[in-house]
Amino acid sequence: MLTLDAITIENGGYAVQADLTIAPGQRVAVIGPSGAGKSTLLGGIAGFLPVPHGRILWRDAEITASTPGQRPVAMLFQDGNLFPHLTLAQNVGLGLRPDLRLSPEQRAQVDAALTRVGLSGLGARKPAALSGGQQSRAALARVLVQSRDILLLDEPFAALGPALKADMLDLVAEVCADTGATLLMVSHDPTDARRICSHAVLVADGQAHPPVETATLLNDPPPALRAYLGQDGLP
Amino acid sequence: MAWRTQPVISPRSGVVAAIAIAALMAAALGAVLWRAEGGRGLGPADWSALRFTVVQAAVSALVSVALAVPVARALARRQFMGRGLLITLLGAPFILPVIVAVIGLLAVFGRNGWISTALGWAGFEPVHIYGFHGVVLAHVFFNLPLATRLVLQGWADIPAERFLLAAQVNADARAIRRLLEFPMLRQVLPGALAVIFAVCLTSFAVALMLGGGPRATTIELAIYQAFRFDFDLGRAALLALVQIALTLGAALMALRLGRGDGFGAGLDRPVRRWDANGLGLRALDAGVITLAAAFLLLPMGAIVANGLAGLSALPNSMFRAAGVSLGVALASAAVLLLLALPMAIAAATGRAATVETAGLLGLAVSSLVLGTGLFILIHPIASPAAFAWPVTALVNALMALPFALRILIPPAREVVRTQGRLAQSLAMPGLSFLRLVLLPRLRRQIGFAAGLGAALSMGDLGVIALFADADRATLPLQIYRLMGAYQMQAAAGGALLLLVLSLALFRTFDWLGARHADA
Repeated sequence: MLTLDAITIENGGYAVQADLTIAPGQRVAVIGPSGAGKSTLLGGIAGFLPVPHGRILWRDAEITASTPGQRPVAMLFQDGNLFPHLTLAQNVGLGLRPDLRLSPEQRAQVDAALTRVGLSGLGARKPAALSGGQQSRAALARVLVQSRDILLLDEPFAALGPALKADMLDLVAEVCADTGATLLMVSHDPTDARRICSHAVLVADGQAHPPVETATLLNDPPPALRAYLGQDGLP
Repeated sequence: MAWRTQPVISPRSGVVAAIAIAALMAAALGAVLWRAEGGRGLGPADWSALRFTVVQAAVSALVSVALAVPVARALARRQFMGRGLLITLLGAPFILPVIVAVIGLLAVFGRNGWISTALGWAGFEPVHIYGFHGVVLAHVFFNLPLATRLVLQGWADIPAERFLLAAQVNADARAIRRLLEFPMLRQVLPGALAVIFAVCLTSFAVALMLGGGPRATTIELAIYQAFRFDFDLGRAALLALVQIALTLGAALMALRLGRGDGFGAGLDRPVRRWDANGLGLRALDAGVITLAAAFLLLPMGAIVANGLAGLSALPNSMFRAAGVSLGVALASAAVLLLLALPMAIAAATGRAATVETAGLLGLAVSSLVLGTGLFILIHPIASPAAFAWPVTALVNALMALPFALRILIPPAREVVRTQGRLAQSLAMPGLSFLRLVLLPRLRRQIGFAAGLGAALSMGDLGVIALFADADRATLPLQIYRLMGAYQMQAAAGGALLLLVLSLALFRTFDWLGARHADA
């Protein structure tokens, strides 16, 4: 269980507050108006932003003061998820050993992960030689070998077209099923949330609300979300 | 909850490097203070050296900048074949060894040079290059390109839309001068003047070769003479104090007024202009560019022409000295990177203030003053000559450090900014980040910085002149000695050798960095 125990996350001038729990293995969309603090929430959980008040716990162990790398968290950002000068295999290998001194077994594991995401045989390529969708797949292959308990997605597929994005979301759902990871995914698009997330956290006015069922939230959105989604709140 | 931002890579070694540099500078300055014999005060010769130092620097700056304005204006508003090459050449004097340039200038402007010979045919007296004129001439040779780049940057920074707007209202060249160009020059020229003034204050090798005598001795030359001729450490230290005050004052002034050179980013494209199409202005610009190019290229041509003839006359001592110089230059480049890389990392991970303070300290001390301090420190313990090579390599590295930092800090900051978060989320240790991310990403800049450092050290004729005895000469010092013995042909051959080696060092490092460098 991921517990955000009355935390405040600071991000420059403003702060986001959260007091909620998320069940292990759950897939949760983080939705809300622009600038409400969705990315801030993820940055706090990942350890990139200071949490001066409250505690963050995973399976009853406190991680509030842990560095990003010590936390049971893998995160994909909007961009910069691959090192542009390293090959795909190296980028994926970093998820196993961040100093890249890989054993033969680990190399095999990297190849298997690349195959799993549909990039079989492309391990020697560099990111620039790939399409946007393939780059996303490579980043997901790394998440796969990292096999962390929590996966945070801060709109990594925002630049992809609708069909490609749907493919990626399905792949994310598969990766989560494979690794048993708990997912928190920032999304601007209610269809994304409906597609793979059973639950949703609404972030509005600097407050992250406890998760509710995605369909419930989207079918009868509160005023802040309604204004953001449009007239009737329905996609 | 105690929460601190953990940098992706520790700034510690860079902070240690900055502190070590500060400590070394402080020790050298302390030694100068300790040995300076204030009781005697400055003698008439010292006052005259002070006066000459300031006057030649001021005149050199004024002439360089005054000539740079028409050259930069011509380059800013004309497009022609070889324009890019010419702008690249404007950067070349930076790594051109001073002694090479001086030998080239002597071949063109000297008593037996091309111009004097031509004047002789016409029945005129030969020109005089030694003394005030020669020092200013050489300083203009080195700083006209720098001034041109600074002023050209000013023109490039005028937004192209302003020129479109001016064309809309049918502004002629005079109106554009008043509307756009004079305001820009008012902003740019003070900085350019201050930078060149500061550079000329600490120029030692030019004064050594073209100055001298009671009427053309700079303070740095006086320091050298106090060492070499009188071995009067007290007087040398006192003069060094005067030089520190001068350098520091000029450096602070240049920092306040200067805007940074930026290594010529964005100078490749002239703005389309409609105001300067008249035949007169076009002829004027063509003439200015031709004259400037001739002023810069003729001495280089003379080096090659005379040097080729002298190559066969090169004594063995010259090749030995070349070997010494290569070793010193490579060691200096290594020291430079060992200092600059950690400092750039520290600056990129939030310790910029510490690094910049150490850099500012370096501005207070010229290489000869630093050498004086180190000499005073070493002298009681050991023979300074035994330390000639390591001290030269170290001092050269310290003098190149500000440039290396300016090359390395911006990309290091960019890599940490764009890729630090990913590395942190992967729990990548600092050393792995260095090996896997930072060094590969900075390859190109590291090669460039090492090339600059090696070339600058290769051509340096400063500290080595204080420390070296007959057996430990570097190539520039050996050339200087041959000039002193009037073996001009061998000196010219040595100058060509030095020029080729300096450029080859720079190009090799630059190429090593650019090769396999990732986008």
